[in-house]
Amino acid sequence: MKSVHYIAITYIILSISYLVLSFVIYTDTDTYQVKSQEIDVSTASQGRLVWQKYNCQACHQLYGLGGFLGPDLTNVSQKGFFYVDAFLKTGVNSMPEFSLSEEETHQLFEFLKSVDNTGNAAPATYNTFWNGMIQPEHETQP
Amino acid sequence: MKPNRNSIGALFLKTALILLVLGLIFGALASVIYIVPEFLKNNFGLTALRPLHVSSVVFWILLAATGSIYLALENITPKQSSTLLQKLHLIFWWMALAGIFYSYFTKNFGGREYWEYPSVYALLIGIAWVLFLILFIQKVRTMRPWPVYIWMWMTGIVYFLFIFIENYLWVIPWFREIFVKDMVIQWKAAGSIVGAYNMLVYGVAFYLMERISKQSVPSYNKWAFALFFLSFFNMLFNWGHHLYLVPAKPYIHYIGYAVSMTEWVFFIKILWNWHKQVTEAETYYHYFPYRFLLASNFWLFFNLTLALFMSIPAINLYMHGTHFITAHAMGTTIGINTMILLAAAFEQLLPKQSSFSKGSKRTFWVIQLSLLLFLVFLLLMGIHKSIWFFQDPQPPFSEMMEKMKFWSAGFMISGITLAISVVLMVTLFFRKKFAQGNPNH
Repeated sequence: MKSVHYIAITYIILSISYLVLSFVIYTDTDTYQVKSQEIDVSTASQGRLVWQKYNCQACHQLYGLGGFLGPDLTNVSQKGFFYVDAFLKTGVNSMPEFSLSEEETHQLFEFLKSVDNTGNAAPATYNTFWNGMIQPEHETQP
Repeated sequence: MKPNRNSIGALFLKTALILLVLGLIFGALASVIYIVPEFLKNNFGLTALRPLHVSSVVFWILLAATGSIYLALENITPKQSSTLLQKLHLIFWWMALAGIFYSYFTKNFGGREYWEYPSVYALLIGIAWVLFLILFIQKVRTMRPWPVYIWMWMTGIVYFLFIFIENYLWVIPWFREIFVKDMVIQWKAAGSIVGAYNMLVYGVAFYLMERISKQSVPSYNKWAFALFFLSFFNMLFNWGHHLYLVPAKPYIHYIGYAVSMTEWVFFIKILWNWHKQVTEAETYYHYFPYRFLLASNFWLFFNLTLALFMSIPAINLYMHGTHFITAHAMGTTIGINTMILLAAAFEQLLPKQSSFSKGSKRTFWVIQLSLLLFLVFLLLMGIHKSIWFFQDPQPPFSEMMEKMKFWSAGFMISGITLAISVVLMVTLFFRKKFAQGNPNH
């Protein structure tokens, strides 16, 4: 009977800790913008849905997360709107032509700009530290 | 007592086995794209084949675990649960599956990675999961004390529901306005939900160990509960390694780093202890259940090694965004989850016998060998891409992919061999000769 109490107490402590951590994450208001491009937050938020509607994540990554058939697109907006637009309209290799409306293309590009604004995803631009941690080049070890 | 082969548990398991076959076929087709980029480009392409493959396999795990838990509970407790709710549980899943596959075939996406279907179908899965929770509670509420696998199933069911809802917070615009926060929530949920369904699968493994060894010791001892809490702890907090490159708050990275990789050591210890308790006669009597469980033990070592490296940020830097991650995902879903669930399906759906043909016994070894080759080729693809990451000047992406084709061909061939051999194994469940029910139930 005593062991059941230990199990219940441990269970409750872990669950509460998890809920607290979740709450801290949900209520985070930091914008994480490290570059100075102007972003229309509402358009970028719609662009995130365009990214999902055409399932871009099946082949592409953001910060290395996604499918591996195509390149990482975290910083692709640095190449400009017309570069992205051209790929969407013509396709290449395994990438088909996507028939996005003009509005969808702009929303998607605004989303990609907002992603680029948060940092750099190229692993070669990260520094490693004695404790095994990594940081992007422009940041210092906390 | 002979089981009803059309009981809800058996129907869940059979639906799951069909999903496994579909997942393997879609995966084999998707692998061809690495060699022939224009393959099915204008019909499906990877845009549709990847979600078809991933969702089929995820649903195989969820439904097989559900079916196995149903059948196990029929054995464990005489307490009855509502037949109507059981039927509704299965019907909601079937409706969700029909809708999800229809949406993929018509290229109607809108969801996020691993759950790419339109969000409306998530409601059906959510309702089905609430029914599962109610049915589970109806069965176990009077049981005392709970063996560790009941705790694992309870935790898996409750937390899957919570995390599944968290997985859809993005539908509220406020949650997706800040990209980094949105990514943290997405990958927190993605990491934890895997932990939640692993709870269901590992619970099934403990239940099988108890049945095969005919000893209840592994399910009640301190090690089993220590492992359970460690797994629970990891499920809740061990998702930060997905986000090492994402510029999130440092505490996210530190928690992921600190929490990682303790649970596997305990799990291996329990499995090892159990392995020593099983007599030769019992291994003969439970031919495939025993072998598939033992195979999962071997793949645990493989994945433990990979996972340990991936949990160190400075090493993760070279593995993240490459096929190392695919190898880890395939290693756990095929090597661990699928092996355990196939063991459960053999134990619960087919008679315990040794009359399987030599061909079936050979197929078992083809599965293991082709899986090993499949994972090795994925690791080689990972090394290839990792080297490209750090080349200066960096060649174009298309050039790197072209040079990777030798390894990709090995990945495709071993993957197709693996798919064919698993499909052959699954056909045993649908052959009249074997499908007579398990006399020991």
